[in-house]
Amino acid sequence: MPDKRMHGGFHVVQRGELPQLKTWLYRLLAVLGALTTGGLFLLMLGFSPFSVYGTMLRGSLGSAGMQKETIKLMIPLCLTTLGVALAFKMRFWNIGGEGQISAGAIAASYFAYFHSDWPSWLLLTVMALAAILAGGLWGLIPAWFKTRFGTNETLFTLMLNYIVLYLITYLREGPWRNPEGGFAMTPRFPKQARLPEVMFPGVGNIHIGWIVMFVAVAAMFVYLRHTKQGYELTVVGENERTARYAGMPVGRIVMRTMFISAGLCGLVGMMQVSGPDRQLTDAVANGRGFEAVSVAWLSRLSPIGIMVVSFLFSVLEKGCSMMQTEFRIPASMSDILQSIILFFVLGSEFFIQYRIVRRKEARL
Amino acid sequence: MTFADQLIAFLYAAVLASVPLLYGTLGEILIEKSGNLNLGVEGMMYLGAITGFLASYLFGSPLIALAFSFLAGMAGAAIYAFITVTLKANQNVTGLTLTMFGTGVANFVGEVLKSTAPAGAVFMNEAVKAWLLPLNLGPLTQLPVVGKLLFNHSILTYLAIVTAVTLHLYLNHSSLGLNLRAVGENPAAADAMGVNVSRYKYIHILLGGGICGLGGAYISLVTALGNWQPDIVGGQGWIAMALVIFSSWSPLRAILGALVFGTLNVLHLYVPRDVVNIPGAFYSMLPFVVTALVLIFSSIRMKREHQQPAGCGVNYFREER
Amino acid sequence: MTDTPLAISLRGLTKTFGKVVANDHIDLDVRTGEILALLGENGSGKTTLMNMLSGTYQPDEGSIWIRGRRVNIRSPREAIDLGIGMIHQHFKLVDVFTARENILLGQKGRSAAPDEIVGRLQLSIDLNKKVYNMSVSEKQTVEIIKVISRGADILILDEPTAVLTPQEIDALFDLLRLMKQEGKAIVIITHKLEEVMAISDRVAVLHRGRNVGSVQTADADRFLLTEMMVGRQVGLSIQRAPMQAGNTILDIHQLKVLGPEGQPELQKVSFTLRAGEILGVAGVAGSGQRALCESIAGLQEIAGGSILLDGKRIDGLSPREIIKRGISMAFIPEDRLGMGLVGSMDIPDNLLLKTYRDQPGVLLRRKAAREEAQEMIDRLDIATPGLSTPVRKLSGGNVQKVLLGREINLSPRVLITAYPVRGLDIGASMTIYDMLNEQKQKGVGVLFIGEDLDVLLSLCDRIVVLSGGKVTAIVDSKFATKALLGMKMTGLATDKEDAYA
Repeated sequence: MPDKRMHGGFHVVQRGELPQLKTWLYRLLAVLGALTTGGLFLLMLGFSPFSVYGTMLRGSLGSAGMQKETIKLMIPLCLTTLGVALAFKMRFWNIGGEGQISAGAIAASYFAYFHSDWPSWLLLTVMALAAILAGGLWGLIPAWFKTRFGTNETLFTLMLNYIVLYLITYLREGPWRNPEGGFAMTPRFPKQARLPEVMFPGVGNIHIGWIVMFVAVAAMFVYLRHTKQGYELTVVGENERTARYAGMPVGRIVMRTMFISAGLCGLVGMMQVSGPDRQLTDAVANGRGFEAVSVAWLSRLSPIGIMVVSFLFSVLEKGCSMMQTEFRIPASMSDILQSIILFFVLGSEFFIQYRIVRRKEARL
Repeated sequence: MTFADQLIAFLYAAVLASVPLLYGTLGEILIEKSGNLNLGVEGMMYLGAITGFLASYLFGSPLIALAFSFLAGMAGAAIYAFITVTLKANQNVTGLTLTMFGTGVANFVGEVLKSTAPAGAVFMNEAVKAWLLPLNLGPLTQLPVVGKLLFNHSILTYLAIVTAVTLHLYLNHSSLGLNLRAVGENPAAADAMGVNVSRYKYIHILLGGGICGLGGAYISLVTALGNWQPDIVGGQGWIAMALVIFSSWSPLRAILGALVFGTLNVLHLYVPRDVVNIPGAFYSMLPFVVTALVLIFSSIRMKREHQQPAGCGVNYFREER
Repeated sequence: MTDTPLAISLRGLTKTFGKVVANDHIDLDVRTGEILALLGENGSGKTTLMNMLSGTYQPDEGSIWIRGRRVNIRSPREAIDLGIGMIHQHFKLVDVFTARENILLGQKGRSAAPDEIVGRLQLSIDLNKKVYNMSVSEKQTVEIIKVISRGADILILDEPTAVLTPQEIDALFDLLRLMKQEGKAIVIITHKLEEVMAISDRVAVLHRGRNVGSVQTADADRFLLTEMMVGRQVGLSIQRAPMQAGNTILDIHQLKVLGPEGQPELQKVSFTLRAGEILGVAGVAGSGQRALCESIAGLQEIAGGSILLDGKRIDGLSPREIIKRGISMAFIPEDRLGMGLVGSMDIPDNLLLKTYRDQPGVLLRRKAAREEAQEMIDRLDIATPGLSTPVRKLSGGNVQKVLLGREINLSPRVLITAYPVRGLDIGASMTIYDMLNEQKQKGVGVLFIGEDLDVLLSLCDRIVVLSGGKVTAIVDSKFATKALLGMKMTGLATDKEDAYA
């Protein structure tokens, strides 16, 4: 027998429970590690990480105008994340945010293009409701099949994303194409179909979505913690058998929760087309449905956490576009930095849940 | 062109379009057979695409380019494997992050490359191009109909089919394949029989990543003919994910599935408008609709052997209680 | 016997899970050519200890010697290489594989070994059958072939008889004796005294993660072993509260339930439950107890027959509707928190599970539940660090008290409780029995699914015996004996026989 076997050696065991403070310390360390890695990457490319990171901060938060752009990025990300996080809380892997946003956008655009004669308040209200309904129904499809046949929702929601994305392409190239434009594009929205802007204290006018965002964060907090429905979906997520045993209508809870989750994503679609985009484009979701999965995970499904993380991600994204203008570093650096941060935090979970112990030997 | 010529051209184009899908599908099948769901296929294909492109530009050798693509796919997969297998983090989030990472890196490098190139454009080495062009197998290629359809493809096309057949034999007719399937179905059972679960997962996740990388190389070197453009993979990795389901985790059915999806991809270019007038977007949508239907039907009734490996998505920790 | 060489020596083995010490400095020796019974209550650490030999767990402390050589078993692979084979209680089989594939798994190259073993040991099994089509005993046979095909000469069997019929148990024991004669060292984990007496040469007893001693089986008597197992002298006298049986509340008539693969789980099950009685259900684990509980609670669809509460059919109603009519179920499956409680939630939130719906409006008010929880903690003496501690952090006994306490607070008319003392020590078990007796005297009909025949006989008024999904007897426990129950549990009685002792 080799000599090393005589010693106890190391092995991995599950931790009991780590204090909250320590877990957040681990995660903070992970983020720092990620920024360092990103910095080294920048150094390799011949840039000073400090000046690049400094520029990113300045470019995203340095002036009211930049703050405004950052918040505009944050609104859809935060709302989409709130949506998917609700489904995740129920252990329903909704990675179909992308499609639900698009479905909402289509429904909203329909009213913007064909009922522009309505008064603005009515039009916008109907657009919002239609978007919630469309997104919600799009999310109900996988929920129904999941409860009825146990169809894998991860893969199903993924497929549904593309179906509705190509539906936009069809509308853009076909029936909703702007006859006056050279390219296959949809026309701009009429004035009545655009979201009003409201003063964001200290920053300036931003479309009303920012208020919706804050309301949604607060509402989600209350919904999860202090409502019967929030309690039900938590029980279903934690232990479905217990939920059935307690007489909960599990199928209905799954469907209802997915409708709200997807409806919120649908609303994001409406706010994108009638806020910053002002028309229906293929890029209405622009990967936010996927990004939201990461943000939801990073923030441990807590509404406040979601707000914080989506803000930081938006800072990163906006900062990287500044980096591009100033250092000619491609803006895709934003994707790289975000993913490195995620990799590090994902990895750090191991040290929160497990520890390595060394064995003490005994004598015969 | 006669109708027959058109038909041949259409089928030929379908084969061209199906090859990268087949690589991505085969790679992901291998990965899922080890019990890991990797949503990073798109990302690994991007890594393979940019690296193969870069290597062909720098070294001018097709083999080196392909080797780099394979290694780049593997490298992406290695990050994923380390985080999910060793550090036991959530597979879905890690896979999505890998896609974000691969997309970001490829677009980043591609843009840097373009902006630093003398003429603002990077062209591929002619030697590489020639090597990857459709083979001319002399008399075989001259055969009517089948000559064009079967014996006039890029070497990467044949390699994809060889890979599929090899994977089939490996998974279903070798003891290593048996062990691998056990790891994917029930890691605890495999572990109890002395199969090194982590090692099997690592090896197959990495190999799968490499195969995905080759799919990326095909896209940048063959489909795009060495003409790099942003977002070059454009969702083909996700179609491959769909194909894994469509082919119910069988490498042989993946060949068929890739052909079907490739056909759907090019169908709109060949169906005469006056015969069937469906907007192009619906053709693009079709693969996803079909996959969603397959997903539903397979969940309603299908043999247990044709389902996703039971251990997929759950990380294995031996001391779990 | 003592001259034979040592196959296994364990010294100071310690294993903790979080804060729970599962094994506390355990010393143990096993000789070649002997069958050692490892006896202990559920939760006493038997499986954990053996899992350290099979390479599944790594000890936190302590050392292992195999055939006199100190080893460090870091994986099942290394255990196999050392000739150790373990048959786990929860089979480790790949469902979509055939028996043969499961056996060949992890082996280098293909061999004819499985067929040879089947022939040599005269086992009845189709090696080309898929595991998902197999019965439990077939699965166990596959597990045994697996271990033997790896050339194991140290065999560990974890509760191998729990799912077997008496004939199958006899066959298994014959097989074990045969292998003992071949010089193998065998450890059999059990909590059943009969088996210890029937098969073992020596018995080691674990109690709360400690080895409390070992004796030659020939020198052991049941009282001594029981005493060692439960840790102190116990008067095994469970009070049977006097019965003032009322009317029939629950009437199960010709109940038939099918399993997921369409196999019958219950057939022609008929019995009645009266108000103010405790009706026991005896049977080998897996005889249909789960299907019985779940079909009464409305969690499983029935394929035939009827369930009547106060003469009205309740089969087909939703679980919610059934709860409303006063049927409460405290079902504790193997994984304790599996059904009934949410491990990550605290006691108040768990108390809300069945009552939150009665609150008006959309908001959830927790104040009353917190008061109820505090009252329950005081009354039932539940040990918990605080009100907001997740229940998964409580010990087994306290978890049971929370669960049963909640069900009782609902003032049920029928209380179904399955294995409520599993994993509890005697003190905690007595508390649970008292709670059940109290309910009985209040006029509640209690259906008690148990495993220990002594408990069933002394606690219950009548006992229904299940075997293979059929009722083989309904006996008055005042006149029944363990021998009779044992015989009926094995299904020896014919269908029509309605045996009263």
